[in-house]
Amino acid sequence: MLELDGVTKVFKTGMFGRAELTAVSGVSFAVQPGEVVSLIGESGSGKTTVGRMILRLTRASGGTITFDGRDVANLGRRELRRYYAHVQGVFQDPFSSYNPVFKVDRVLGMIRSNYLPGLSASEWKTQLRTSLEAVSLEPADVLGKYPHQLSGGQLQRLLIARALLLDIKFLVADEIISMLDASTRIDTLNLLGDLKERGVGILFITHDLSLGNYISDKTLILRHGRVAELGATTKVFGNPTHPYTRALLASVPLLHRKWGADADDVAAEMPAFDPTAVETLVQIDDDHFVARPAEAAS
Amino acid sequence: MSLAVDNLRVYYRTLRGDVRALDGVTFTVADEEIMGLAGESGCGKTTLGKSLIRLDGRMRVVEGTVRLDGVELPLTADGAMNAFRFREVSIVPQYAMSALNPIRKIGRMVSEVLDSRGVSYDETLPELSRRLALVGLDDSVLERYPIELSGGMKQRVVMVFSTLLNPSLLIADELTSALDVSTQKAVAEMLVEFRDRGFVKSMIVISHDLSILYQLADTILVMYAGKLVEKASASEITEDPRHPYTQLLLASLPEVGVRFAEQRLSGIPGRPPSLLNPPSGCRFRARCPLAFEKCAEDPPFVEIEPGRFAACWKVSA
Repeated sequence: MLELDGVTKVFKTGMFGRAELTAVSGVSFAVQPGEVVSLIGESGSGKTTVGRMILRLTRASGGTITFDGRDVANLGRRELRRYYAHVQGVFQDPFSSYNPVFKVDRVLGMIRSNYLPGLSASEWKTQLRTSLEAVSLEPADVLGKYPHQLSGGQLQRLLIARALLLDIKFLVADEIISMLDASTRIDTLNLLGDLKERGVGILFITHDLSLGNYISDKTLILRHGRVAELGATTKVFGNPTHPYTRALLASVPLLHRKWGADADDVAAEMPAFDPTAVETLVQIDDDHFVARPAEAAS
Repeated sequence: MSLAVDNLRVYYRTLRGDVRALDGVTFTVADEEIMGLAGESGCGKTTLGKSLIRLDGRMRVVEGTVRLDGVELPLTADGAMNAFRFREVSIVPQYAMSALNPIRKIGRMVSEVLDSRGVSYDETLPELSRRLALVGLDDSVLERYPIELSGGMKQRVVMVFSTLLNPSLLIADELTSALDVSTQKAVAEMLVEFRDRGFVKSMIVISHDLSILYQLADTILVMYAGKLVEKASASEITEDPRHPYTQLLLASLPEVGVRFAEQRLSGIPGRPPSLLNPPSGCRFRARCPLAFEKCAEDPPFVEIEPGRFAACWKVSA
């Protein structure tokens, strides 16, 4: 459904944009309907940039992003609107996604005026109710309220409900959990699971490995804009092969097991990153790819 | 006993009345103990940390005493507290990364703070560079501006800086939350190392993340809506939580290995009560599956087993 092929993003930095910063380099992966792909990386790994390029909030410098066979980069204004009817994003900070001056209904109403102008008032009401129910919100609890009257979890779910008003096929969920409290974050995560069961493809961007492991079918580990490891979640977590993935997994704080309890952990030193090294993705198993130094791969 | 907090109440003054952010907490921290302080946002954990060193303008100590190494801290007297700050009690604030003055070189900042405490910078320098080396930084950071350092480096600089005079108590507020997992681990290990080397006698490490506290703390104290919920050793809290809130909180945390397709976890329904006019009795009552009539009375925070404390009628009964 959504396919990225060799996507690269180079930012111009420095005075007069003479210096360049490669934020994303040659990233390729695909998301099928009803599939959750988690994009895991540390800060500065380019994971948010990938999400923004899919939503066309920023343009790719190289490579192609196709959605149902159409190149996203070449969409005209009208086509772009149609694209957004199917592809939506929800972001980290639910508080800044709303204008504090207006009631929260406004973000929902904007969907109606922009995408569903033909809808009658009663049809709109039913649709609104269905999508709020899908995210387990009671309409009376949230409609007609101002953003500050609702909790972060409610606001975040409302944004997902907003996306559901449209017949979305693909959702970019960028760190949607990190600002929520522990006791409610799991409910939001389960919501993504429900969406997946409805056939929505989801790109779940996170820095938290345990959340990614919980929800996703496929996992992509991004390091400095490059894919380090990619494959079925069970394989990437069950048999982490790239030294970076191993080191990353070893530093995740777990309940019930202390750091260094395994001899394996001690060996898992974070490998130094060499920006000049050329790595190629090598298939090591069904649906499991690892970046290897170019010479070793051949 | 390094720190003894007795029935401390700290309220925030607002136009709509007092917000009871800290409503009667009593606990102790032993020498060489690293106590993790956990809880959701708004439960009062940062208020507790801050009230032990400096109250901001809106905070008011309503009741309670704090003794550090047997000496009562003059919490409400801002001037008198100055003698204790940095020397006896030190804090690594929540936003340690932005705690550094952007227009001062690190070294200059350190020397200014030492000056204000009447300590000579030049005499402290050897120890300072020894400690910087310990956390993997060399002396050249002293000649740099904060903007030239990465988040993890700034965190470590603040850490070394705030423990330079070997305080008795260090409060570390969400020290690792903004860091990547690999840096997080290094900073957490550094905290333990600082305690082991005697740079700080005891610590309160505040975090919303129970798994990081489990990694570094000796004991964990869980708070909910301005009250203490449970305190026990880190392994007892995670392996065998007694209070229903701790149990539900732990059950809602996904671990590496738990997958949605196989096991669906659930959160805690409802949300914490407002602290403006908190309900009487147990504050977790409305969300608690075990609640019964007695919960309308405030459960005391009592020792249920040697070294284990909890505030729940079901547990203490």
